[in-house]
Amino acid sequence: MYNEATVVGSVIEDLRKTFPYVVCVDDGSRDGSQSAARAAGAVVVQHPINLGQGAALQTGIEYALQDPEMTSIVTFDADGQHRVIDAKAMVARIESGEAEIVLGSRFLDDRTKISVQKRIVLKTAAVQSRMATGMNLTDAHNGLRAINREVASKLHLTQNRMAHASELVNQLATIKPRWVEHPVEIIYTDYSKSKGQSLLNSVNILAELFFR
Amino acid sequence: MTSLLLIVQIALVVAVILVSLVMMRGGVNAKHLAVRRIMLMIFAVAAALSIFFPDTLTRIAGFLGIGRGTDLVLYATIVSFFVFMATTYQRFRNMETSITTLSRRIALDEAPKPWTVAKARDAEDLSQ
Repeated sequence: MYNEATVVGSVIEDLRKTFPYVVCVDDGSRDGSQSAARAAGAVVVQHPINLGQGAALQTGIEYALQDPEMTSIVTFDADGQHRVIDAKAMVARIESGEAEIVLGSRFLDDRTKISVQKRIVLKTAAVQSRMATGMNLTDAHNGLRAINREVASKLHLTQNRMAHASELVNQLATIKPRWVEHPVEIIYTDYSKSKGQSLLNSVNILAELFFR
Repeated sequence: MTSLLLIVQIALVVAVILVSLVMMRGGVNAKHLAVRRIMLMIFAVAAALSIFFPDTLTRIAGFLGIGRGTDLVLYATIVSFFVFMATTYQRFRNMETSITTLSRRIALDEAPKPWTVAKARDAEDLSQ
């Protein structure tokens, strides 16, 4: 999370009703998000400086891997755009042995209300990663994922900012785990819209991928 | 004349792209550093010579079909600028990776270890 003090508390409280262990990676927030997250019952792992979402994701994964009893990881955005019920169903698909990684997709059912522009951008990104990796993905930049221990230990994200989503898919193409997509709902509140990536950010994503 | 100019231009563009790619892929090892230093030396010597023998540069430029010596210098400057940009970007990326690794180490070391968290939770559950 990065400066999410207003929402992160309720997001973590919701998660804690289902998941006993919630790790919140703080990416150098300066608005007291850390104490809000801690009060809500999460373990806070704090970056000393702001590094970006990709770096935070990798830190969270590495923290979870320290726990020898951990069997699966859920990655969940701190701004409240995901639903705990989706996350629970995704973990169930990991624990049942159906898949080694479950990727959320907002395009598998019609719950998510999404603007036409955003749909075009996300669909283009999905087509791009499909062509690059041969994985038949419907949604390329969805933050909700469930990963089992083995796959998580093989991930090494180096893209600190937004390109990590594509990087993750690229690495999956080499790891070749058993993967499935799971329908998830993205809740676009005014809050997440004001924080979310603009269409222009897709230019940054492309640039970061080409000049790595 | 124009077709020759076109060939030189294409060759320059190809040179720019190739050199940039090689420098970007190669990283900051000693070999690439040496190549960059040699290029810098050649560039400096050529610049110095052009002050004393301005005609020579123009003649070389004319031989290449560029026209004026100053244009040749301009093209060379563009190439070296691209190389500079590529190497600086590479160096910047390496630095970013180091800082990320360092910050992650600090973050993980400062956070309570998972097993102590689990113990605390168990104690909490018992007391309730």
